[in-house]
Amino acid sequence: MATPLLEVEGLRVEFRTRDGVAHVLNGVDYHVDAGETLAVLGESGSGKSVTANTVMGILESPPGVVTGGSVRYRGEELLTAAPARRRELRGEHIAMIFQDALSALNPVFTVGFQIGEQLRTRRGMSRRDAEKRAVELLDLVGIPGAKQRVRDHPHQFSGGMRQRVMIAMSLALDPDVLIADEPTTALDVTVQAQIMDLLADIQAERHMGLILITHDLGVVAEVADRIAVMYAGRIVEHADVHSLYANPCHPYTRALLESIPRVDTKGTSLSAISGLPPSLTRIPPGCPFHPRCPMAAERCTEELPPLAVLPSGRSSACLFAEELVAG
Amino acid sequence: MSDPSVLGTAVAEPDPPPAGGADAQERARSLASDAWHDLRRRPLFLISVALIAILLVLAAFPQLFTSADPNAGDLARSRQAPSGQAWFGYDLLGRDVYARTIYGTRVSIVVGVLATTFTVLLGGTLGMLAGYHGGWVDTLVSRLTDVVFGLPFVLGAIVILSSFREAIGEGAVGITALVVLTMAALSWPVSMRITRSAAITARNQDYVRAARALGAGPARVIWRHMLPNCLAPVLVYATIALGAFIGVEATLSFLGIGLRDPVVSWGVMISEARDYIRVAPHLLLFPAAFLAVTVLAFVMLGDAVRDAFDPKGR
Amino acid sequence: MGRYILRRLLQLVPVFIGTTFLIYLLVWALPGDPFAGKCGERACPDAYITRMREEFHLDENVVVQYLRYLGNLLQGDFGQTFSGTSVGELIAAAYPVTLRLAIVALLIEALIGVLAGVLTGLRSGGFLDNLVLVSTLFLISIPVFVTGYVLQTVLGLRLGLISPTVSADAGFGELIVPGFVLASLSMAYVARLTRTSIAENRRSDYVRTAVAKGLEPRRVVGVHLLRNSLIPVVTFLGVDLGSLMSGAIVTEGIFNIRGIGGLVFRSIALREGATVTGVVVLLVIVYLLMNLLVDVVYAVLDPRIRYV
Repeated sequence: MATPLLEVEGLRVEFRTRDGVAHVLNGVDYHVDAGETLAVLGESGSGKSVTANTVMGILESPPGVVTGGSVRYRGEELLTAAPARRRELRGEHIAMIFQDALSALNPVFTVGFQIGEQLRTRRGMSRRDAEKRAVELLDLVGIPGAKQRVRDHPHQFSGGMRQRVMIAMSLALDPDVLIADEPTTALDVTVQAQIMDLLADIQAERHMGLILITHDLGVVAEVADRIAVMYAGRIVEHADVHSLYANPCHPYTRALLESIPRVDTKGTSLSAISGLPPSLTRIPPGCPFHPRCPMAAERCTEELPPLAVLPSGRSSACLFAEELVAG
Repeated sequence: MSDPSVLGTAVAEPDPPPAGGADAQERARSLASDAWHDLRRRPLFLISVALIAILLVLAAFPQLFTSADPNAGDLARSRQAPSGQAWFGYDLLGRDVYARTIYGTRVSIVVGVLATTFTVLLGGTLGMLAGYHGGWVDTLVSRLTDVVFGLPFVLGAIVILSSFREAIGEGAVGITALVVLTMAALSWPVSMRITRSAAITARNQDYVRAARALGAGPARVIWRHMLPNCLAPVLVYATIALGAFIGVEATLSFLGIGLRDPVVSWGVMISEARDYIRVAPHLLLFPAAFLAVTVLAFVMLGDAVRDAFDPKGR
Repeated sequence: MGRYILRRLLQLVPVFIGTTFLIYLLVWALPGDPFAGKCGERACPDAYITRMREEFHLDENVVVQYLRYLGNLLQGDFGQTFSGTSVGELIAAAYPVTLRLAIVALLIEALIGVLAGVLTGLRSGGFLDNLVLVSTLFLISIPVFVTGYVLQTVLGLRLGLISPTVSADAGFGELIVPGFVLASLSMAYVARLTRTSIAENRRSDYVRTAVAKGLEPRRVVGVHLLRNSLIPVVTFLGVDLGSLMSGAIVTEGIFNIRGIGGLVFRSIALREGATVTGVVVLLVIVYLLMNLLVDVVYAVLDPRIRYV
């Protein structure tokens, strides 16, 4: 098997606070290859963003502590790499865009400055060339009148336009992997679709590996190749997008899909997942989902099911995965 | 003073239950109880509270700590250095510096407390009025605040104190009242601004709008909804200001325009000491040390209270 | 931008008039005979008093008096003392020294305060942080005149490092220690303000973005973090220049600096209302102009502020 572009294996992260230790990541595995889109799906608090921040090396520490696992870029271990090497990879090879572009962009600098900054400090471009390139990038992400707007400040843009600026900034150094952390959550529905299309286009055009973090199942279906579903700091199901939608192999995924309103079942009541996600300081023994799981059996309270690969190539962390596949 | 066992039990306390309901008073109460839980684990808070408690006892019962008369002078022992008989030595007129320092606590603290009270009452009332009414009342009060705020404090105090000096006479009460009122008259703008912005925030909150829409009168809205919201920031300001005012009293006395004989205060002592600092440093040292410790205690208390009330700090 | 400045300037006019009127009222309209003790041991001759009252329009309504004073002031005339000396000249002689002292103090507080604040804000909880916290507590708690006397006694009289009093021309070098004394309180505030501001912004999203862009840590702090964190500090420093000049009176007294502090005290002792009014009015003007400057600088530093 070829080395994946970016690979996360058995990643464990704890948050150590005054109130106790929160087990935020409890063995996360995923990978992404060039030219494909991996969607990481889960409720808030499931550890999607923490995983991404750990991959980028921007995990807030304290309180965050990596206690195990591995993050490899083209086979190179990142967690033990020197800080200088990690910094070299950030932006240049792995770039990231954030949920709230208004707070993620520095309010006191022009967008041109912020996009061109990396070109000036890392490519040695002159101020003028950097600005020219910034205009091209703004143009690329579809900002009308890029030439005039390059000297505007972030607060002068609308939400969708700001997210485009953010995307332009992340593309400045032509990264191979782009991590998009809930890029559309803060936006209007119509704008959401535009931003997703833009991301999909850019990903295809540049043959990038895209990790798309979201809690929105609707967003995922159109752009993702594969989906990894997270729950309580673990991947509970991993499959290509069609199989996952057609036949979810984990009760949690199943419940998630059933909670989406659909036109064809209009009139029937929506099923919500009962209960709350577990507190990360007190994750229940056995399968962490068992208190909310309609299929939970005695075994589930004792055994922690591993993320097992099923014959079809997909994986599920449920003791009853085989039965779920069979339908 | 920071007893580790006390700290240990405080840390082991479970967190208070989360705030429930939208009622302003309940929110304020749970904020206060949160703050209280938070405060009890802070060593700075415990130290400052202990210091303040000692100072209050000194101020209330000075005779418990010294049998000497702070005003009994004997020129024969003028400027004598500290000795077993008089721990802090004697001042220019041969008065016991220790006794004077102990007795001075009362005036210094009373001046600080009164000046803070008047400042907060005046500023708070105006700020509440401006914040509640808005419109032209707000404009008027705010401009008035700007005008007073524009006066430089020290110069303003010099002008006021020297203008009224003769009218006030030589009585201890009169002199003290003049100094207190001058400090309050020049300091209220800060508390007005704090109260006003807190009041405006409270007034614009949904549940306050709802209360007004349901016909709650101004008195009820101010008392039940706006006051609890303004309490925390004003309280924090008042604690820090209290320390500052005690220092200001000394500064004014030092400049020769504040309190003066027959009043016994640290500022008066420092002011009397300033010409003899080279030959008799103990005259300055002891009252200045008491003054610094007192201001320190209130500033630390203010710091601790502010951190406890500031949700960002958690 | 020009319109913004003009608008702010116009807003200052009522405050200026209100404040100066208040001072005028305090100095001139209060009880107390301005001629008591003017002519030595004896009471002043009636003829002199009558002449002076007329010359200084003391019998007119105080509002009329004030308006006349304001009119003169707008032409740059601060009036005259009873003995006929120009108040403007008195101030011109004393003011530069105070201004120098205040500027030295401002530089010291900015330099030390910001440095201490940045270092502790970046690394909260360490030894340095606690050291600075305790130092600021002491600077805030110990009155300026005590700091002044202690430094004067230790550095000047015991160690002989500085001259305990400042010479008449008061050069910048001589003003360093007095400037430090004057700055001590504000220095503590600047350090705390910077520390809080840095600590708050350090966790902000845009700093995380800057790190994610792979910028050098020095650049993340020096460009992205500092630029945002220093906005409130610059505001404080600007407004503080006015307070420093007013507070300089105490420091000037200790180090025998011949600035406006001495002028005010002499004028009050001599009941020269015109000089007292002049000095306070001048400080009010400085305060208001610094406020305006701070507003403008603020709008430049933070593009989110619109020039309305």
